[in-house]
Amino acid sequence: MGNSAETLEREAKLQGIGTSRLRKEDARFIRGQATYVDDIKLPGMLVGAIVRSPYAHANIKSINKAKALAVPGVVAVLVADDLKPVNLAWMPTVGGDVQAVLADKKVCFQMQEVAMVIATDRYAAADGVAAVEVEYEELPAIVDPHKSMAPDAPIIRPDIADKTEVGHGPRTHPNHIFTWEAGDKAATDAVFASAAVTVREEILNPRVHPCPLETCGCVASFNKASGELTVHLTTQIPHLVRTVLAMLSGIAESKIRVIGGDVGGGFGNKVPIYPGYVVAVVASIVTGVPIKWIESRIENISTTGFARDYHGIGELAATKDGRITGLRFSALADHGAFNSHISATKLPAGLFSICTGSYDIPNAYCRVDAVYTNKAPGGVAYRCSLRVTEAVYLIERMIDILAQKLGIDKAEIRRRNFVKKEQFPYTTAFGWTLDSGNYHPALEQALKAVDYEGLRREQAEKRAKGELMGIGICTFTEIVGAGPTKVCDILGIGLFDSCEIRVHPTGSVMARLGTMSTGQGHATTYAQIIATELGLPSEDIQIEEGDTDKAPYGAGTWGSRSTPVSGAATARCARKIMDKARKIAAHLLEVGEGDLEWEVDRFKVKGNPSQVKTMKEVCLASHTSNIPPGMEQGLNAVDYYDPPNLTFPFGTYVCVVDIDRYTGEVKVRRFYALDDCGTRINPMIIEGQIHGGLTEAFAVAMGQQIPFDESGNHLGNSLMDYFLPTAVETPKWETDFTVTPSPHHPLGAKGVAESPHVGGIPCFSNAVVDAFAHLGVTHMDMPYNSFRVWQQCKALGISTR
Amino acid sequence: MIPAQFEYHAPKSIPDALSLLGKFGDTAKLLAGGHSLLPMMKLRFAEPAHLIDLGKIAELKGIAQVGNEVHMGAMTTENELIWSKLLAEKIPLLVEAARLISDPQVRYKGTIGGDISHGDPANDHPAVMLALGASFVLKGPKGERVLPANGFFLDTYSTQMQADEIMTQIRIPIPPAGTGWCYSKLKRKTGDFASAAAAVQLRMQGGSVADVQIALTNLGATPLKASAAEASLRGKPLNDAAFAEAARLAMSICSPGEDQRGNAEYKLAMAGEMTQRALRTAQSRAK
Amino acid sequence: MAEQKVSFKLNGKAVAVSVEARELLIHTLRERLATTGPHIGCETSHCGACTVDIDGMSVKSCTVLTVQCQDADMLTVEGLEQTTGLHALQEAFHTEHALQCGYCTPGMITRAYRLLKETPDPTEEEIRYWMAGNLCRCTGYQNIVKAVQSAVKKMAAA
Repeated sequence: MGNSAETLEREAKLQGIGTSRLRKEDARFIRGQATYVDDIKLPGMLVGAIVRSPYAHANIKSINKAKALAVPGVVAVLVADDLKPVNLAWMPTVGGDVQAVLADKKVCFQMQEVAMVIATDRYAAADGVAAVEVEYEELPAIVDPHKSMAPDAPIIRPDIADKTEVGHGPRTHPNHIFTWEAGDKAATDAVFASAAVTVREEILNPRVHPCPLETCGCVASFNKASGELTVHLTTQIPHLVRTVLAMLSGIAESKIRVIGGDVGGGFGNKVPIYPGYVVAVVASIVTGVPIKWIESRIENISTTGFARDYHGIGELAATKDGRITGLRFSALADHGAFNSHISATKLPAGLFSICTGSYDIPNAYCRVDAVYTNKAPGGVAYRCSLRVTEAVYLIERMIDILAQKLGIDKAEIRRRNFVKKEQFPYTTAFGWTLDSGNYHPALEQALKAVDYEGLRREQAEKRAKGELMGIGICTFTEIVGAGPTKVCDILGIGLFDSCEIRVHPTGSVMARLGTMSTGQGHATTYAQIIATELGLPSEDIQIEEGDTDKAPYGAGTWGSRSTPVSGAATARCARKIMDKARKIAAHLLEVGEGDLEWEVDRFKVKGNPSQVKTMKEVCLASHTSNIPPGMEQGLNAVDYYDPPNLTFPFGTYVCVVDIDRYTGEVKVRRFYALDDCGTRINPMIIEGQIHGGLTEAFAVAMGQQIPFDESGNHLGNSLMDYFLPTAVETPKWETDFTVTPSPHHPLGAKGVAESPHVGGIPCFSNAVVDAFAHLGVTHMDMPYNSFRVWQQCKALGISTR
Repeated sequence: MIPAQFEYHAPKSIPDALSLLGKFGDTAKLLAGGHSLLPMMKLRFAEPAHLIDLGKIAELKGIAQVGNEVHMGAMTTENELIWSKLLAEKIPLLVEAARLISDPQVRYKGTIGGDISHGDPANDHPAVMLALGASFVLKGPKGERVLPANGFFLDTYSTQMQADEIMTQIRIPIPPAGTGWCYSKLKRKTGDFASAAAAVQLRMQGGSVADVQIALTNLGATPLKASAAEASLRGKPLNDAAFAEAARLAMSICSPGEDQRGNAEYKLAMAGEMTQRALRTAQSRAK
Repeated sequence: MAEQKVSFKLNGKAVAVSVEARELLIHTLRERLATTGPHIGCETSHCGACTVDIDGMSVKSCTVLTVQCQDADMLTVEGLEQTTGLHALQEAFHTEHALQCGYCTPGMITRAYRLLKETPDPTEEEIRYWMAGNLCRCTGYQNIVKAVQSAVKKMAAA
């Protein structure tokens, strides 16, 4: 295998794995020629707009459509009763519950969908919405999840009152959804009972919202003549949506086409199937014309899948040297009025049991109690890797709390507890097998880069002067790439994924996959994988996703699963093609397969290097008669990959903050992020994902929340109040990496795009709390806006000059 | 997102505008930059039957020095204030404040007249006008009058400007050479209204305060002139104790509302802190 | 309600539309004039995805009535391409990986265009300050800043 300049040059020309090649998909975006759902105009298209409840909890006494129907341009007004004949007033959710598509006799959260006005254009539709008259009888609302299971609590869901379970085990109260446990409670309790040291803290993950820049929407188009339904959709899961629509509508799945085109950001917000989509589909079936529904930003923040709202209690048991011997975490999970978020049948609390983190903890128990409240449905969203944000937040906060209690340095306590390199593959107390990891060097590299000891010295000096400076460390382990079908399913459909490759005679390639880019650069990164595997330039490899008529079945993109699952399918698919290509090359060169060696983009005969067949030559030959007898023409393959395990990217982040004790303003002085996602396909794209994920983490930690008053009214559901930082507020990010390949992944690659969010949030949090640690503060809940931080300063008596 | 229907008028002169205002009365709203009014109309919090756009009236533009004052047309945009060499040189407090209003795009359209006449205590210019001792030219069917900023703001969304008047010009006396200034605004992020803000002008003489103006934003039903705080500083040297006392007196006139920016206790404390910051910075700039 | 005729120049071409007084410019551009580069990201005038260039100003087209635009000279991202190729800003966004989902990109580029006309050699801090009317959820702004800096160099060299 030559490493000559010539070989390197050929390799460079491929722009394959490991190169920071520029993105292939940019041209249309920088020219304003992309096609997002709202850009789509179809002949005869009508527009839908939704009438929403002003109350969080109310009975509907009457709905009067007359005035709305009289508005010029209004064609129809649909309510629940109009959906009942087609059995769509209610729909099953991907969480195992049912959800009202349009409110049926009562509303359960403020801004719940009550009716949809269909009109000739969005102006008439808006006028129609203003003219629909709904009479409500207000009911007391539950906003605090701690009150959901009170004996006299109002019943939020009379529709399932008689159901003893909603998909995830027995319910003990009408407002109870499920209780899920993992680990060994008895053993863990015993460890706590005899521990030298224990720490306990109540830790909140406030309700936040992913808020991608493009809101959700669709254009649903039912062709009455052919009976075919086409839905252009803001989606991260086109195939799953198609399957669910088939189940809901009774239309054969082969007559349904879901098209995910250009999507303006997902972050989990575009996974659920929202009532607006379903009503638009019904409206199209009824009217026979395309129906467009695009929500507003306030609708998006108020009613689409929120994230978190986990009220946690963390407990650690340890030796006096800070070696953790037991972990006990519980969470009260506020799911809103319907259990609508994505969750595997066996894992209703997602991957929360990854909460032992990067540490060797022998005994662990965790429990999640999920309840209904009179708020919008959701919970799993926002770059969370399925409750991993909640889990990692708990363990990374708790280990800092333990460090403070014992007076041990926060980096040192991590060193003492890390799973060691030689322990991998390591099975956690909850049964996850971490396939690979190398935590110590990552920590040391990060600490060295920021001069950690210098920072601690500076902090000591500043503390002596009464100044607040905090250093936050987060050493997270992520779990991404759902996932092995035995464990991971949505409504029973396994979470495998796919890649189909067609190679053309002239050596260019078309590949289609079951994932769905919403900005992650799949058109580039998958092409890079194929380029390296097949020895053909990525420039000539076209990638397609999102059209369910064309793409092989997959579970879409969320939880950083694209590289771990479809990336693996891509490599395996390419290798199937290579197996065949090798046979063809051997045939052309008239040698045995074992006589060939592969070098970048060509087959060479061992010991006779002038005997060469380039991959391009093989591509052409494969379409001719000059192939081994009995072989089919072409170089095409498809691979469906059921991963044997998830992947476990990890990292060390360090954050330095300076806090003004008179105003509570937190300034991020420095943020250093070291990530290990195994094999790095495109370092430039990885870095971009880290920047974006850290910025979203910054927003969550420093200002995001969805506040309600006691009656369930929103108090800050527009961009006036919901904190999206601008370029001025956003810190500068420093990125670094180590490489610890995944042993089970064909490329050694892991997912990465959620790591900065999962690891970033606790890092900011640890930094802010660390700023007050010398004054006895062990924990502060997010968000760290200046008001809340000032309240902490005031409580400590340090807020005035 | 979609306003209710209305009729649009774009008069080319002030008399035409006044005539329309008289004709339509309280069914009409004046459209200046539109970046307060149109967002309200898009959410249907305001549904005027008539909009009278002041944007085509040339007379309402322009920034010029007239004697000892700078006169600016009411339709002068924030962006025009920011780039004005005259203002940068003569009234830098106004430029600093304009830079802290909203965001770049909004500032191309938002006008100083609109910001002032809306009567919204959350807007920044009113307090700055109090600190600068500005006056406002109002034109109505009965003619023209000039009102000082001090006393102009009556209550939330209520000023001395009558429903049949248009603000045409803002007049600001040029501060004497060597005057220090600062607009200190605490906000959650770019584009937000003030959690609390203080506008300060400061003139020193021989180590003592010759004169000082302090005015506060978004801490009551109107912008607030902290006269007692000013009085406590005049004729005295500036030191930590003086700053603290001025801050305390400034806080004593505030009655902030509670919202997502914070509760009353926090905003009061921030009134004090912004007053201190503005005074300290003004001191560093005073010659 | 009665419609008004409005004519203006869009990306160098004369256009004419007939609209209600309440029609927002963003809807006229996207629905009547097939100009879908500017996007809608909010309804409270915060996000900047709808930014267009009108008479030498970066304006949020969701907060302007089309009837206010009689005789205006308007530029959107679609108009930035020259006959000779992409604008330096468009190229720079590509080379510096300053876009991911692309939704904020037309507004960002259109805003940066005017920013550089007014401040041809901005510092990083100035770039962030003058671009703070455009929100992005994907990139964290860091590469957008680099793209603007790269465009400055390209344009200075030209």
